[in-house]
Amino acid sequence: MITLKKVGQRYGDHELFRDVDLSIPSGAFHFLTGPSGAGKTTLLKLCYGDLQASAGKVELFGSSLREMSRDALAQARQRIGVVHQDCTFLDHLTVAENVALPYIAAGRPVVAGDRDALLAWVGLDAHADAYPPTLSGGERQRLALARAVILSPEVVLADEPTGNIDWDMSLRLLGLLVELNRMGTAVVIATHDMQLIRAAKAHVSARVLRISQGQLLTAGADL
Amino acid sequence: MSSLSSSRVVPGSGYTAVLTGFTAGAMAFLTVFALALALSAGRLADRWAQTLAQTATLRINAPAAQMPAQTATVLEILRTTPGVASHRVMEAEEQRALLAPWFGPEIPVETLALPRMIEVIEAPGGFDPVNLRLRLTAEAPGAVLDDHSRWRRPIVAAATGLRGLAVLALVLIGGATAAMITLAASFSLAANAPVIKVLRLVGARDAFIARAFVRRFTLRALGGAALGVLAGALALAALPGVEETDAAILAGLGLQGADWLWLAAIPPTAALVAALATLAAAIRVLRRQT
Repeated sequence: MITLKKVGQRYGDHELFRDVDLSIPSGAFHFLTGPSGAGKTTLLKLCYGDLQASAGKVELFGSSLREMSRDALAQARQRIGVVHQDCTFLDHLTVAENVALPYIAAGRPVVAGDRDALLAWVGLDAHADAYPPTLSGGERQRLALARAVILSPEVVLADEPTGNIDWDMSLRLLGLLVELNRMGTAVVIATHDMQLIRAAKAHVSARVLRISQGQLLTAGADL
Repeated sequence: MSSLSSSRVVPGSGYTAVLTGFTAGAMAFLTVFALALALSAGRLADRWAQTLAQTATLRINAPAAQMPAQTATVLEILRTTPGVASHRVMEAEEQRALLAPWFGPEIPVETLALPRMIEVIEAPGGFDPVNLRLRLTAEAPGAVLDDHSRWRRPIVAAATGLRGLAVLALVLIGGATAAMITLAASFSLAANAPVIKVLRLVGARDAFIARAFVRRFTLRALGGAALGVLAGALALAALPGVEETDAAILAGLGLQGADWLWLAAIPPTAALVAALATLAAAIRVLRRQT
């Protein structure tokens, strides 16, 4: 579904990574680890077309990102759920409205039952009529995850989705992603949290990728 | 939980909302007067042209002894001139009224060597002024024909020019409205870059984002323009009326009868201008933003 071939990214003279090959097929579960600043977030952005690669080729659902029209990219993004590290929302809309936003953007009627069930699942049903600025960091991350998965996307890309939440809630959110993965959704989680990776591996066959010193490698012994 | 519609994805309040509403209102207010001027000027041009074109004046300058004979000759010429519907010698009272503004109401016109004035009313086809002047020169040398053309031309030209200026003002108001709303929309699009980023993240197309902004600005412009038109209409209705006897030349200024219906077209037109201006700004800004 998402393929990176010999992809390199540089910012001015600084080369972040080079010759990265990555394939995210249907049903895959990948963790992406590596030190801060290694390029995890950049790699995820390349995967949903928020950035154009400096070198190489990125394909989303069989189409080259470089040759995609703006409308085609928007359609591709409707098939990808993204959880941003900074969790940005439309602050003038309520929590429930923010969760339903992908329905509106896709021109589909809001399925209130799905939305409410999802809000309950991430523990935000009591905050449905609240506004995002009133939420805590953890609540914002749960909201971002709910928004990312409401359309049952084919791929979920999550950047540090459990960074600000307690362990119990982290496991709960991980459980949701594992559940989605069992239904065929590909999941890529960028995280520093090795405990989370170990917890996931108890439930799902996950591949752990490590990005470091400009290279993307399969991690092994450290887990 | 409130239901979410695409029109609400753009924040509704802020500086640009006030600016757009105010601009549309002010421009609509000015449009009411420019429209009234354009319609009035057109009406006046037609009326003045028609009125002056249908009348002419004959002035007989002759010594008192010759005046009756020349007057009779002129009347006979007029009676036999094709295109003259009617004619009449102006009474002393009418001449006194004409001179009163300069010499006062008690002027003894009977004792003054004033020219004799004859009012000529033209038939619909009009008469041939060149031919009439030749006959008058030959038979009544003291008679001078004034067919009002030297008055009519500048007055009609002035009224036509006034109408042109009013139409130009309407065009400028429309252009200024479009420019102001383009600026406001561009500012709003730039200020809402984080909103646009979120919408793109969830798969919104450029057309969806542009529509959300267009709808927002169109509704603001429509509301502002409606208030502006209402204020303009009230101001126009409150203007003191011009009595025919006081200043007949000004009669007809303002809106009359069905003219008022034109005002109903201003808010939708302002909304259309706002929609097009916002759409153009949105397409430009969205193409620039990744």
